Amino acid sequence: MSARKAGLVACRSCGQVHQLGSTVCKRCGGPLQSRDEQSLQKVWAWLIAGIIAYIPANVYPMLLTSTLIERSESTIIGGVVELVDYGSYGVAAIVFIASVMIPIGKFVAVGYLALSIQYGWNDRQHQRHRAYEVVEFIGRWSMIDVFVVAILSALVQLETIATINPGIAAVSFALSVIFTMLAAQAFDSRLIWDADRTTT
Amino acid sequence: MTASLPPLDDLIACPQCDTLHQAQDLPPGSKAHCSRCGVLLMTSKPEAVARILALAITAFILMIAAVSFPFLSLDAGGLTNATSVIDAVLAFRDGLAFPLAVAVAFFIIVIPLMRLSALIYALGPLVRNAAPRSYARAAFTLAERLRPWSMAEIFIVGVTVALIKVAGLAAVTIGPAFWAFAGVVVITVLKDQMICRYSIWEMLDKAEA
Ligand SMILES: [Zn+2]
Ligand SMILES: [Zn+2]
Repeated sequence: MSARKAGLVACRSCGQVHQLGSTVCKRCGGPLQSRDEQSLQKVWAWLIAGIIAYIPANVYPMLLTSTLIERSESTIIGGVVELVDYGSYGVAAIVFIASVMIPIGKFVAVGYLALSIQYGWNDRQHQRHRAYEVVEFIGRWSMIDVFVVAILSALVQLETIATINPGIAAVSFALSVIFTMLAAQAFDSRLIWDADRTTT
Repeated sequence: MTASLPPLDDLIACPQCDTLHQAQDLPPGSKAHCSRCGVLLMTSKPEAVARILALAITAFILMIAAVSFPFLSLDAGGLTNATSVIDAVLAFRDGLAFPLAVAVAFFIIVIPLMRLSALIYALGPLVRNAAPRSYARAAFTLAERLRPWSMAEIFIVGVTVALIKVAGLAAVTIGPAFWAFAGVVVITVLKDQMICRYSIWEMLDKAEA
């Protein structure tokens, strides 16, 4: 039985159960909401912002490199291709997964979860809940590429020989990751289970 | 309707799916999962709080070392450039990227330190069996809420990727701060796995009574 059906509301940060209608947790002082009614609106808003920010992140350069012989700019994909050319397949895979597969997988997964609630799908609760947990856990790891840019730009400052500076894509990529993290956090996973009538 | 229910303080609701469970005293070393969605509800490790506190203090000291000592340095063609963790943050200080410098500072230094101080503040008296400090609850809530935004472990993976990228270009020397930072990451992961929110709230309740 869910707390809501029992006429109760539970605190999500400490687990304390209260009578429905209570608004502040007596144990930790956090806000109480039986279900976050605005959850879907917030999820869609952050998700769309995340997708929009992801576009310039792929179009503009992440890194601006200048050496004695050349100046070059590399995008996210360009950086992966470069790593493959050097033969660093493992690192290329890490960057590709963190910067391309995770963000896109996350857009799809969060969109799917939001749609499933919107249309009240009453199946595959376990798979959807699993998808939610994976998204929550893995989304932050996309930040890897931003940190790579930070450390490379700080480290490679050898006047005439070689310098690396961050490109504007680093900013929009970081924004995209932050927005999609907020989208996942705005999702109220309890909504997945509300349509479930197999267990009462 | 509530007449048939046990006292509210004996119930625990799953934070992920809202299913009600009756809280029980678990045998030491065991775990309780939600009967519907399977999420971990509580673990029973009576000695965990003292260990969490010890790890948090160690991580705090290592973090201070990580921002004070040299992190990495690069040598090529007679030129040397030493980099600290702070320099990595300042890489974004120019122009439009400035807010990103602030964000990175928070993700890799400020938020990890805030989480550690909040935990030390909230759990310190519990270990000594003393009454909790007046904002212990707020501090513990803060430490848990900031968890996803503390990205020290992601930073260290990023640093490793960057090192492989420059390996062909120049010689890199790894400084003590790098190892201190890696230590913070390992300890933080261990510590966060030990935290059972439910048991810590119970302890805070009992210590106050
Ligand atoms: Zn609470
Ligand atoms: Zn559950």
